[in-house]
Amino acid sequence: MTAGVLTDIREQAAQRFAQLGWPTMELEEWKYTNLAPLQRVEWRASNGDIRLHKPPEFVAFRGTPTALFINGRFAEILGEVKGVEILPISKATSHPMFERHFARYADYERHAMTALNTANAQDGAFIFVHDGVTVDGIIDLRFIGSDDGVWSHPRNLIVVGRGSQVTVAETYSGKGNYFTNAVTEIVALEGAHVDHLKFERESDEAFHVGTVQIHQERSSTVVARNVSIGGSVVRNETNAALAGEGASLTLDGLFVLAGNQHVDNHTVIDHVKPHCDSLELYKGILDEKSRGIFDGTIIVRPDAQKTNSRQVNRNLLLSESAIIDSKPTLEIHNDDVKCSHGSTIGQIDEEALFYLRARGVSHADARNMLIYAFASEIVDRMRVEPVKDAIRAAMFQRIPKGLPERRGGDR
Amino acid sequence: MLDIKNLHAGIDGKEILHGLNLKIGTGEVHAIMGPNGSGKSTLANVLAGRPRYGVTAGNVLYEGKDLLSMPPEERAREGVFLAMQYPVEIPGVNNIYFLKAALNAVRKHRGEEELDAMEFLQLAREKMKLVDLDESFMNRGVNEGFSGGEKKRNEIFQMAVLDPKLAVLDETDSGLDIDALRIVANGVNTLRSEKHSVLVITHYQRLLKYLIPDYVHVLADGRIVKSGGKELAEELEQKGYEWIEQEVAATR
Repeated sequence: MTAGVLTDIREQAAQRFAQLGWPTMELEEWKYTNLAPLQRVEWRASNGDIRLHKPPEFVAFRGTPTALFINGRFAEILGEVKGVEILPISKATSHPMFERHFARYADYERHAMTALNTANAQDGAFIFVHDGVTVDGIIDLRFIGSDDGVWSHPRNLIVVGRGSQVTVAETYSGKGNYFTNAVTEIVALEGAHVDHLKFERESDEAFHVGTVQIHQERSSTVVARNVSIGGSVVRNETNAALAGEGASLTLDGLFVLAGNQHVDNHTVIDHVKPHCDSLELYKGILDEKSRGIFDGTIIVRPDAQKTNSRQVNRNLLLSESAIIDSKPTLEIHNDDVKCSHGSTIGQIDEEALFYLRARGVSHADARNMLIYAFASEIVDRMRVEPVKDAIRAAMFQRIPKGLPERRGGDR
Repeated sequence: MLDIKNLHAGIDGKEILHGLNLKIGTGEVHAIMGPNGSGKSTLANVLAGRPRYGVTAGNVLYEGKDLLSMPPEERAREGVFLAMQYPVEIPGVNNIYFLKAALNAVRKHRGEEELDAMEFLQLAREKMKLVDLDESFMNRGVNEGFSGGEKKRNEIFQMAVLDPKLAVLDETDSGLDIDALRIVANGVNTLRSEKHSVLVITHYQRLLKYLIPDYVHVLADGRIVKSGGKELAEELEQKGYEWIEQEVAATR
């Protein structure tokens, strides 16, 4: 791609954002989340002095390629894998895969926040897994936000070649009152297996808006997981197009919230071609005055016969002040499909809590066991142990300690 | 070991036990029998501290301490174990992980060293043999997908691991076939010693053929109305509960 073409895309995106403006709650897909507090801030890009902000505790998992971005700018890449190109996306603009796929799936014409990202992105990761390559372990992408009033627009493109297999984890964390607006495009070519995790553990004051846009070709398999634990106002969009026959998608989501957190999960699964499967499971754990949203749509196009699709949202409320909105939606345009959806809201099972305590386990430990049990369906499906450990630890940092042991039973 | 005095208790504000008295000495096995609705399960649940069960009068001393003021976990750590009538399924909580946490909480309370994973597994394997549970059960969720009999055997397995001073069996025999009944009785008999007491709560005399009690009490309408030796159980089996009910009515 010539510099001119990229400049054109960015200018178009900037113009489009100027037309669309910030999303408002009048829009159906933004009805639960108010971005007005973000609009009021005069956001500025980071001055780029990354050395100053590099966290000293940053250590790559052993043998794991790791890329670090700070305030949306490239900091460094450690490690490498055979058959895989990992570059800062700013250095990948002339790569044929960049030319073929960049900005083709994440739609800046319709989505204001994607337009904002496309117009303002400074950097992000470009990953191309060549055909027939199996990558062990994970490719670890870290995005760190720091400094009050700074916004960043990380932009990633992951292209997985025919018959290849890879696991990629993106982790977003930081310190302060910053704003991350991230977009990741994932392209699974024919027969590719992609396991993607987006782990959002931003600072308590941070804003995070992110889109993961997945494009699947024939017989590809994608498992996309979204784990949201941090941030004050968070919007997670995961959109997938099953654009080749026999493609298979698993969308897993887990959000663990407390305090006044607001996390809006918005997913669209678009069954374009026949014989595709999708399985979506989102689980929410909400404590204190937090608010969570699951707004998921499955579209089955007229040509997508023999679609098999299941969508489930389950929520565990730990406090009477927490709020969950669950809106599972099916839009089916042909009659040769198997689709189901549903959602549940529940509390800690008092019978189970008593059972554990009656064997000597403390109230707090029993409660934590049950909370973890609720999340384990999602967490245990992940294959990389250090990732599981990190999520477990972050979960229990988020949820306030269990109630102190009650004296006197229920007398 | 256990001294229940004038216990008035019930569920959700409805009184079911109307002044129950019972003393269990160390090393003794007591059986409480009674018709449905007599308050058998209420007694078991009040002793274990189950939510929704409330005590309106009376007290329970366990080894001289006020049992009713302790939260359920403290009762367990002090050595009280309830084998539940309907053990709950808890998917996602690993059976063996949970039991190790429970045992170590109990050991810590007793001032004993906590067991590491290897030591615990060794102990668990030994106790599983006792109740004829397959090792594959260890790595499943607590009671998850267990049959009725497997759940009851799991209760006795947990009891064997935790080694309580006072075991309360709440209708552990109901729904068991004769083989499972023998296994359960065998598990409890292994625990029997001069230091351990057992309270067997049952509707039927069946279990008491294998688990021979020192004392048998009949519970009717929230009170103990008759006490005797093991022969009382046989008498009840032959004559039915109506006999007792008539006898009680006559004395009023």
